[in-house]
Amino acid sequence: MIKIEQISKSFADTQVLFDINAEFYSGKINQIIGKSGSGKTVLLKSITGLLQPDHGKVFFNEKEFTQASIKEKKLIRQEMGLVFQGGALFTSATVEENVMFPLEMFTKMTKKEKINRVKFCLDRVNISDANNAYPAEISGGMQKRVAIARAIVLNPKYLFCDEPNSGLDPQTAIVIDQLIKEITMEYNITTIINTHDMNSIMEIGDSIIYIHEGKKWWEGSKNDIFISDNKELNEFVFASQLYKSVKEIRNG
Amino acid sequence: MKLIYHIGRYFELMFTALRRPEKLKVYFKRLIEEIESIGINSLGIVCIVSVFMGAVLTLQVAINFTSPLIPRYLIGLSARDTFILEFSSTVVCLILSGKVGSNIASEIGTMRITEQIDALDMMGINSANYLITPKILAAIISFPFLNLLSIFLGIIGGYIIAILTDVVTVQDYVVGLHYMFIPYYIVYSLIKMVFFAVIISSISAYHGYYTSGGALEVGRSSTHAVVYSIIVVLLFNLILTQLLLT
Repeated sequence: MIKIEQISKSFADTQVLFDINAEFYSGKINQIIGKSGSGKTVLLKSITGLLQPDHGKVFFNEKEFTQASIKEKKLIRQEMGLVFQGGALFTSATVEENVMFPLEMFTKMTKKEKINRVKFCLDRVNISDANNAYPAEISGGMQKRVAIARAIVLNPKYLFCDEPNSGLDPQTAIVIDQLIKEITMEYNITTIINTHDMNSIMEIGDSIIYIHEGKKWWEGSKNDIFISDNKELNEFVFASQLYKSVKEIRNG
Repeated sequence: MKLIYHIGRYFELMFTALRRPEKLKVYFKRLIEEIESIGINSLGIVCIVSVFMGAVLTLQVAINFTSPLIPRYLIGLSARDTFILEFSSTVVCLILSGKVGSNIASEIGTMRITEQIDALDMMGINSANYLITPKILAAIISFPFLNLLSIFLGIIGGYIIAILTDVVTVQDYVVGLHYMFIPYYIVYSLIKMVFFAVIISSISAYHGYYTSGGALEVGRSSTHAVVYSIIVVLLFNLILTQLLLT
């Protein structure tokens, strides 16, 4: 479980996050949703330690991360996997080398064990025959899958995904969503997904927090969204005619 | 104020980068790759420039030594000392600032804007150490070899001119090469080269590492890397010459 308390973050004179409290549960898809520029990515980066919050605390299974020593942070980080918006695969390395990289750095596995583990992870994300391809040679959807494979190769306890569906067609986006959900449940990972993709929210959102102008505006599940009377949340979620109709049908 | 900020941030980055590597085997592999990228891939430009500059320098000196009182063998001596003292260290490094410096800055800058550096940090890897240290070490290893090669090829360039033209005889040129040779000049040139290797690789890495924005900013970082590397190389050239030769 991940718990955040009073997280605030500002850049120069602009405050981006205002005292955010939340809990993210293991074995569930926890989503942070909100408009572009609402502070989702800053919040995710503050949780993962890529950004240092101005104040506030982040706990990973009761262990405080924000004030931890460099050595402790390093150990906690090895339990994290992060899927970046653009994949962030190493462009000069092949698919296999990308996935093997954390193993090379943090394990004492033999070459054969590493290859087997990489094969297992790539099979798990349904990628085969692309081991020797470079990221530029594979599609966006495949890049996301490779990024997921790399994120799970060390058996992480925490998985973070920053807009994993951006730039993907709806069909591939659903496949990626389902894959993340399956992996989360299978390994009982605490997964946090940043998204503003409504399909993703409706498909896999077990626990959702809505960020509006840097503040936690709403919290609930995908089913709660349909009965919420929060004005800003409704404007965000039901911006399209399609979801407005879904809501009307669902609520009779 | 901005200059002080950059100097402070540069030393902070170097302090983070120059730490004990986390996994020596992986870093050694990276070092070999960087030696190929920084050193071996620069062989072509260093060879071409050195041979042609050696030839041109010999021609120019020969044309300007018109007085019969000046022995012709001094042409060889001039070419040799110019290459050892200045060309093969400083001028070659100015060229390498453009070739290697822009390459380092754009490579690291691209990794920054495509979140590859964040990915390394997320894994608990010291990204500055992983990316920058092998480049600095590779430059320290490669540059002195490029320096020696440049000296050799510059002198060969002059030798070719002596063979192909009648501005100086081969015998005079060779006598000049041997005349009053001071081995310490080679040491001086190599010391400068090591300093310049650190300057070019670290300043370029600094500009790449702190790139923010998009492709345009990567280009800008690359330009800054080259410009500031050249300025600092010239400054240190003056300081080192004062310290080592006077």
